[in-house]
Amino acid sequence: MMAAEKKRIRKLTIAKAMSEAIDQAMTSNPDVFVMGEDVGKLGGVFGTTTGLFDKYGPDRVRDTPISETGFIGAAAGAAVMGMRPVVELMFIDFFGVCMDVIYNFAAKNSYFSGGRQAVPMVLMTSAGGGYSDGGQHSQCLYTTFAHLPGLKVVMPSNAYDAKGMMTAAINDDNPVIFIFHKSLQGMGWLGTAKGAIVDVPETVYEVPLGKANISREGSDITVVGFGNTVHHALDAARDLALEGISAEVVDLRSLAPLDRETVLASVRKTGRLLAVDDDHLSYGWTGEVIASVAEAGIALKCPARRIAYPDVPVPFARPMEQFLLPNAEKVKAAVLSLMNSVVSV
Amino acid sequence: MSRKPDIQTMLWMYKHMVLSRRYEEALAEAYLEGKQPLFNMANGPLPGEMHLSNGQEPCAVGVCAHLLDHDVVTATHRPHHIAIAKGVNLRAMTAEIFGKQTGLAGGRGGHMHLIDPAVNFACTGIVGEGLAPAAGAALARKMRGEDGIAVAFIGEGAANQGAFHETLNLAAVWNLPFVCVIEDNSYGISVPKGAATSVLHNDVRAASYGIRGYHVEGNDPLRIYEVAGEAIERARAGKGPSLIEIETYRLAGHFMGDAESYRPAGEKDALFARDPIPKFRQELVDAGAASSDDLLWIEEDAKSCVAELIDFAKAEAYAPVQEALEKVFV
Repeated sequence: MMAAEKKRIRKLTIAKAMSEAIDQAMTSNPDVFVMGEDVGKLGGVFGTTTGLFDKYGPDRVRDTPISETGFIGAAAGAAVMGMRPVVELMFIDFFGVCMDVIYNFAAKNSYFSGGRQAVPMVLMTSAGGGYSDGGQHSQCLYTTFAHLPGLKVVMPSNAYDAKGMMTAAINDDNPVIFIFHKSLQGMGWLGTAKGAIVDVPETVYEVPLGKANISREGSDITVVGFGNTVHHALDAARDLALEGISAEVVDLRSLAPLDRETVLASVRKTGRLLAVDDDHLSYGWTGEVIASVAEAGIALKCPARRIAYPDVPVPFARPMEQFLLPNAEKVKAAVLSLMNSVVSV
Repeated sequence: MSRKPDIQTMLWMYKHMVLSRRYEEALAEAYLEGKQPLFNMANGPLPGEMHLSNGQEPCAVGVCAHLLDHDVVTATHRPHHIAIAKGVNLRAMTAEIFGKQTGLAGGRGGHMHLIDPAVNFACTGIVGEGLAPAAGAALARKMRGEDGIAVAFIGEGAANQGAFHETLNLAAVWNLPFVCVIEDNSYGISVPKGAATSVLHNDVRAASYGIRGYHVEGNDPLRIYEVAGEAIERARAGKGPSLIEIETYRLAGHFMGDAESYRPAGEKDALFARDPIPKFRQELVDAGAASSDDLLWIEEDAKSCVAELIDFAKAEAYAPVQEALEKVFV
C-alpha cells in the first residue's frame, strides 16, 4: 500500500468521526454551523466539535447559554431560513426542558407547510448509561423521539457509520435526531467498546439514513441491536460461534425511518429473532420489530424474544445498574434458550 | 427617531384593520353554520377551535407597516390580523382555514398553523413557541449578512413562559435583529393578567436582559406605529432586540363558543365603545387624511374582498384523504 493511500484509512473514535464530518460540511457549505453548550473552546463535552472553534471561530461554532428552549428553538428557526445548524443537546435526558420546539415545531413544520418549508437541522445528543451517572444522565429514550412523526432518529454503532451518517444528516432537509452512545464515543474519561473505533476514510461519504446494516452474517438466529447493543450482540455471536451457533447481527442504525425490510429478510432466513435494546422495554423499538415480523406472517421456529432495560429509572449503584443493563452474557443466554425452544402448537 | 406615518401608510393601516375585522366577522358567520341550535365544535364547514382577533388589529398594522416580505413574523393561535397585515396570500390562507386542498398546507394545518414562506409568516398553536424560532431566523439573517429582521408576536400570557425569558436573553447576548411584540389583551383565556403576571407591564422585563422595553397604551395604531418603527429601525441598524408591550383588547371571546363569564359586568360594552376602528376612522377624517367617502370605499372594498375569499374557500375541494399521509418530510 502506498503511503498516501495508507494515510487515508485511520482508526477513529465516533467523537472524532463526528467532528470530521461536521468539519468537512462546514468547509464545503457556509450555511452549516454549530451551536450548543460547550461546543466552542471545549469542543463539546463528548468531543463532537473538537477543533472546530479554532478553525471557524465563534460565529459558526457558537457556545450557547444553558437555555435549550432558546437555542434549540433558534436552531430550528435558523434552519427554516435556510441555514443548516448542527445543534447539540448535551444529554438526551435534558430534552424535557425543550421538547416543544422539537416535536411541535421542527417535526411538524413540513406537514404544516404542505411540504414547502424544510427544517434542515441536526440535533445531536448523547445517550446511554453503564457508568453510574444516575437516573438523569444515563437514559436512552430513543423511542420517545422515534414515536413522533416528522423526525429522523439515528444512532451509529461505530465511527465509520458515525461519519457517514452525520454527513447524511447534515445534507438531509429534515430534522434529524443524531444520537451517540456514551459507551461508544471514545472519550478518554469514559470506557469505549473496542468495536466502535474503526477505520474511517478521510474522504467525504454518506451512510444513508434509514438503512440497517448486517454487522455479522449468520444462519441460525437474527439478533437485532441499536447502538451499544449491537456490540453486545456481536460479542455474544463470537462466543456462540464457538458453540456451533451462527447468529446474524442486524444493526438498525435508524429507528425512523425503520428499515423493516432488512430485518424481515434476515428473519426469513434464520427463523429466529432476538431484539436487544438498552432503552426501556415497554413500547420500545424491540416491540415494533417483533410486531413487524408478526405482521409479515413469518413463521418462526421459536417465539421471538426481547431483552431491554426494565421499566424503572436508572439507579446509581453500580451493581444495581449493571444488573438492569443488557450485556453480551444476557444475549448469549437468550440465544441459547431460544435455540433450545420450539413454538408450541 | 420615531416617526408618524404618512397619509398613504395611515390609509394602508386603516384598510388592513377593516379587512381584518370583516374577515373575522365572515369567519364567525361561517363558523356558526351547522353549529346552531346545538353548538358542537366538530360541526359545520369550519370545525375545531376558532380564535378571532377582533379589537387587536392596531397591533398588527402598527408593526407590520414597517415590515417587508423578507422580514420574518411568527404569530400566535390568534393569527389572522397579523397574517393579513404581513401580506399572507389570503386565498390560500382562507382555503387552509376551511381545510381545503388549495390551502397553504393543503388542509393539514388549519387556522392555528398558517405558514406562508413567500412572506416569511408562520404561527403556532403553542403559547410562546414562535419566540425562539423567530430569534433563530434573526440569527440566520445576521449570519448570512442578509437584510431582514424577525418579529415574534405573543400574548401577555406567553411572557410567563420560559421560552420568553430564554429567547430574550439569547437575542440580547447575540445582539440579534429581533423584536418581541406582546399583544396584551388582558386575559389568558379567562385568567386576568394581574392574577398571572408579577409585574403590571411586561416591558419592564426588558431590563432583565439589558434591552429596550416599550409600553404602548390605548390600542392606538398611530402610537404603535411610532414605537414599533423605533424598535424595528434599531433592529435593522444592528442595535439589538427590543420588547414592546401593547395594551389591546379582544372584542371576542378567547375562542368562538366562549361565554366570557369571567368578564366583569359592563366590560364588554365599554370595550366596544373604544373599538379602535371607528376611532381611527374619525381621526383620519379629522386630520384631513381622507374623506368619509374615501374610507367608505375602503370599507366596501374590504367587504367584497372578504366575501369573495369565503366563497372561494367554500367552493374549493378537500384534498383526497390519502394526502393526509404525505408531507411529513420534505
